Amino acid sequence: MDPLAFLIEPFAYDFMQRALGMSLLVAAVCAVLSCYLVLKGWSLMGDAISHAVLPGIVIAFVLGIPLAVGAFVAGLACALLTGYLKYNSRVKEDTVMGIVFSGMFGIGLVLFTKVETDQHLNHILFGNVLGVTVGDLIETAIIAGGTLLVVLAKRRDLLLYCFDPNHARAIGLPVNVLHYGLLVLLSLTIVSSIKAVGIILVIAMLIAPGATAYILTDRFERMLVIAVAVACGSSVLGTLISFHINGATGACIVLVQAFAFLMVFLFAPKRGLWPITRLFGRGNGGSPDNVRSADAP
Amino acid sequence: MNRVDLLTRSEAMARPASIAVRDISVTYPNGFTAVRDASFELGPGTICALVGVNGSGKSTIFKAIMGFVTPSAGQVQLCGLAVDKAVSMNIVAYVPQSEDVDWNFPVLVEDVVMMGRYGHMNLLRIPSNEDRRKVDEALDRVNMSAYRTRQIGELSGGQKKRVFLARALAQEGIIILLDEPFTGIDVTTESAIIDLLRELRDAGHLILVSTHNLGSVPDFCDQVVLLDRTVLAAGPTAETFTQENLERTFGGVLRNFELSGHALHEDDDARSLNVITDDERPLVFYGVKKNKKKEGRPDRKGGE
Repeated sequence: MDPLAFLIEPFAYDFMQRALGMSLLVAAVCAVLSCYLVLKGWSLMGDAISHAVLPGIVIAFVLGIPLAVGAFVAGLACALLTGYLKYNSRVKEDTVMGIVFSGMFGIGLVLFTKVETDQHLNHILFGNVLGVTVGDLIETAIIAGGTLLVVLAKRRDLLLYCFDPNHARAIGLPVNVLHYGLLVLLSLTIVSSIKAVGIILVIAMLIAPGATAYILTDRFERMLVIAVAVACGSSVLGTLISFHINGATGACIVLVQAFAFLMVFLFAPKRGLWPITRLFGRGNGGSPDNVRSADAP
Repeated sequence: MNRVDLLTRSEAMARPASIAVRDISVTYPNGFTAVRDASFELGPGTICALVGVNGSGKSTIFKAIMGFVTPSAGQVQLCGLAVDKAVSMNIVAYVPQSEDVDWNFPVLVEDVVMMGRYGHMNLLRIPSNEDRRKVDEALDRVNMSAYRTRQIGELSGGQKKRVFLARALAQEGIIILLDEPFTGIDVTTESAIIDLLRELRDAGHLILVSTHNLGSVPDFCDQVVLLDRTVLAAGPTAETFTQENLERTFGGVLRNFELSGHALHEDDDARSLNVITDDERPLVFYGVKKNKKKEGRPDRKGGE
């Protein structure tokens, strides 16, 4: 196949242009959040919130309010309920979280089967990026753009909160605001991503770019840039591949991201399993004392 | 930061450093009372050791001083101010235990020290020239300027400790809390840190060190607070850091053995040597043996 045609031809279609715009938006905001989740150890929290939005979507449909609002409220409720149960019992956080989100997901599924909706369960679960409308695109741009703006403006405080919450508190930063602020931003990110990748696959977008960047750099600002680049690159490639193989777009994007992580895990210059610098005999990036790749996620 | 804040902070910083812990009790949500009726007072130009076994309430006292927990009874005042007020003025700097830090975190040495300045910056945390200068000075002072662009995990144990000390210096808190600062560092670094703490003390800082490294306490601490879920004893090291008080503090937890008589010297006299240790640096008391119960037989059960 003509490589140029491979790249250009799909975007002759309007729906492909919208799909690409949508996946780029979602990729960017998810990538930025993923850096914080990976460093804070909140990957499971992302998974929990994304599953827990399902009942919110169904209830919002019944009440006739925007689905995004319902999803956001349900996601946040999951995070708050997890915190409350953990604080008031001896059970560890990941266990509580597992119970809360699977319970909420269950409620969502039961409600869905009992309520007549115009929504397709598959689209909610796995996204339907090829079917997005201009309205969807605008809604996502507002939510994702607002989230991005807040995260980037407060990126240093959020980073300090992840790195050393005690110091943050000791210098008088409002740690509770940062904690719940990060949860709110995470919920908004998930809500903005549902149309593109669905509530099951969004977790991949919320982990893989940050994890990939974490292996590649020691500087947080670079980590942000790399994560966004990896995520956006994966979106373009994934969308293209899905067009040509006629596969599910969300899944294709996630697959490309997973592949990018695998490549970096194996061949990253400093911390890869087989650093590319060593394979090609340049530098000493693969010196035996660089064993930190062992505890990379 | 607006002018009113600057004024109050400079006023607050002009006050002599002090910590007043008055009859505090701390009960956690699970009902566990970690500290009961604890009281002690410390003034400026002091290095004070907070000594006790694990679970004796050392970290609870730290948390109460930093405002992380609110005492269910009693109160804490820093420089005569309520804790919240003092914390919002950056009066308290905290140096964490090494185990509490994620050393794989993607931050450089200079990033960590700059975090000490956040309380002085605007809401976007964009460093001013003054912030950069304070960071440079702090790094110089702990001799870490050459490592400023290293990722923190690439440092040795002592260097790591110095980075966090530099962060406390950059923060310019007049009360500095150090949590187990000598765990996992070599003796040279330990004495370098102690020298720096003495300089800070002489500049009027109030330094509170939680430690179970008993051997070095008499070397550099002027004051001692002994804890066992309350304050057992508090005061100048020479009067408070006695064998009797330490036995009360540690109960049977520490190795305590005594050498005297023929194990120590050929001739018959009453000189004796008492070693208290938790296998880090032992604390040695030299003295005249008072009770003759053991008839000069050394107790070797504890080790060598």
